[in-house]
Amino acid sequence: MFAEMFSVAYQFADVFAFLILSAAGLAVVFGMMGIINMAHGEFIMCGVYVTAALFHAGLPLPLAQAGGTAAAGLAGVAVERGIVRHLYRRPLDSLLATWGLSLVVTQGMLILVGSSYPGIGTPPGSFSVGGYSFAAYRLALIGGAVAVLLFLYLLFMKTRFGVLARATMQNAAMARALGVRTGGIYAASFGIGAALAGFCGALYAPTMTLIPTMGVNFVTESFVTVVVGGSNVLLGTAPAGALLALVRSGLNAAYGQIAGQIGMLFAVIVIIRVLPEGVSGWLTRRGA
Amino acid sequence: MPMQRRTALTLGTAAAASVLVGRDAAAQGKPIKVGLLEDVSGDLALSGIPKLHGSVLAAEEINKAGGILGRPVELLHLDPQGDNARYQEFARRLLQRDKVDVLVGGITSASREAIRQLARRAGTFYFYTNQYEGGVCDANMVSTGAVPEQQFSTLIPYMAERFGKRVYTIAADYNFGQLSAEWTRTLMKELGGTVIGEEFIPLGVSQFAQTIQNIQRARPDWVMCLNVGASQDSFFEQAAAAGLNLPMGSSIKIMLGFEHKRFAPPALKNMHAVANWFEELDTPAAQDFKRRWRARWPDETYINDMGYNAYVTLHLYKALVERAKSFDKAAIRKVIAAGDAVIDAPEGRVTIDPASQHLSHHMRMVSVNDRHEVAVLKDFGEIKPYWLGQVGCDLTKRDDNEQYSPSSLPRKS
Repeated sequence: MFAEMFSVAYQFADVFAFLILSAAGLAVVFGMMGIINMAHGEFIMCGVYVTAALFHAGLPLPLAQAGGTAAAGLAGVAVERGIVRHLYRRPLDSLLATWGLSLVVTQGMLILVGSSYPGIGTPPGSFSVGGYSFAAYRLALIGGAVAVLLFLYLLFMKTRFGVLARATMQNAAMARALGVRTGGIYAASFGIGAALAGFCGALYAPTMTLIPTMGVNFVTESFVTVVVGGSNVLLGTAPAGALLALVRSGLNAAYGQIAGQIGMLFAVIVIIRVLPEGVSGWLTRRGA
Repeated sequence: MPMQRRTALTLGTAAAASVLVGRDAAAQGKPIKVGLLEDVSGDLALSGIPKLHGSVLAAEEINKAGGILGRPVELLHLDPQGDNARYQEFARRLLQRDKVDVLVGGITSASREAIRQLARRAGTFYFYTNQYEGGVCDANMVSTGAVPEQQFSTLIPYMAERFGKRVYTIAADYNFGQLSAEWTRTLMKELGGTVIGEEFIPLGVSQFAQTIQNIQRARPDWVMCLNVGASQDSFFEQAAAAGLNLPMGSSIKIMLGFEHKRFAPPALKNMHAVANWFEELDTPAAQDFKRRWRARWPDETYINDMGYNAYVTLHLYKALVERAKSFDKAAIRKVIAAGDAVIDAPEGRVTIDPASQHLSHHMRMVSVNDRHEVAVLKDFGEIKPYWLGQVGCDLTKRDDNEQYSPSSLPRKS
């Protein structure tokens, strides 16, 4: 009995972690600047590849993962400086530009690094509950998702940067009039968003096969979670992740992966129809 | 993107992608245009790049030896990037605009079906070079990859006898996965076993926690792995990490996607497959072939079975034309119908079966250990693709243009 309950909770947490980790970076960028970063999957891929490269160079896994996260963050800062900064008031153009960047990066990686990269291999260690055995490392993924949510909360609610960032999110012109350097806030936010994407990649690197187009595995889930969450990262992402994870893990368990995938996407359609501004829009409207 | 710009871009890319392969002084005359549709970018690049390499190597060898009936081979390669719509667009381009003499390629079964009818309508002979789920009875197509009676009818009895009669199938959710799962069910039933669970996974899913749990709940003796693509291959890593530790069988792992080279051990431990070609094959013909390949493509990670089949197909085509003394499709089909389509390939002697226009293959069972070393467990010798002929497909008499499966057999006429 306990084993079944544990496994249900575990499956939910596993899907929840995937959604949160995929979506966090995109949510920060979208929530802050209203920019839809079509290269989000490639920042994740950057985190994966740098982690793998550092690991194969001899670094222990946690350090390699930190390196992957940092590399994606730096890449984000560079992309913001070079491309996104010029397109803040042009959302469609930024969509196109980041999509073009995504193509350049994936095919560039194919040419430079090749069609596949040697995998890392999950750290050994598994535990059993009832008749099931689980990989210990998957708990690190769940922990990582919780850590990301905590990080976002602390960053945006408890730091000076967070206050400035929330002010900029709420009313950029007013914030600028009050002396906030919004340009710097935007740059930092994009970098944080890219670093979160890199963190997602770094965490999932030991569990997946490495090909240049692997960002595509995360993109659907990250976009639907952000859309369902709405533009407020703090209020929206976690509930959206929880809702969608409930639908998907439930359907996965009952009817298989096809039903889980279709059901989750169907749930997105329904939620967006009922709550056009996402969960966070609904919550703010209610005065949360 | 506006229409003209897109057309210009694709034309430019196509022009850049056409390969004119070594026109040697010995090979004169109008070139033979071989249309090639192989993915060298996108998700399937790691399987598609060796296919292009195999075709280029074969074409260069053929041209150096004087071409086919004195005419040099010219490869016209277009990269559909794993997009079935692009497969159709590029097939039309090759067939109608470039008017290729023969069409080669297609990777997934979905891409094959996308272009097969186009080749039929153009009347251009089409060679499909991948292993697949079998059953295509089409006079316009020659299949040079392995089929279920060569791969499953050898693998499944071995696995059932050695490990047990309860199998769990995980398969990619498209025609190849569905039909291969059907073959597994049929063969297990004949052996008195059962498929105790089946899971069809949408392409692009990469997280398998629930699947692994389902397998553990079902407690099979072994797992039939028909998952396709890099995302679905993440299953092995995740299953190994969760301590699943079950024997596995597959018609597509090891020799197609060289997972044992790409994943860290012991993710692929205890995987079994039956292959007509794998790079670890150690016969004099195989070693010679590998030497020539590596001389031409020194950075190839693994000479996979798809690349090998692509190579053999061009040499096979040359032999067919030479025996027919003509490039005409009807003349070539007469050679095949007479049972004269035989060549010595690096795997051994192979023949095109007249009734089905599929290739016989020398099949060997391989397995992977926990250090990802490959061992040959059994040598089945040359296995003819007998199934289609057995169920009533006879391309010497009738052109069915159908794909059959154990549950969808030809109507007895």
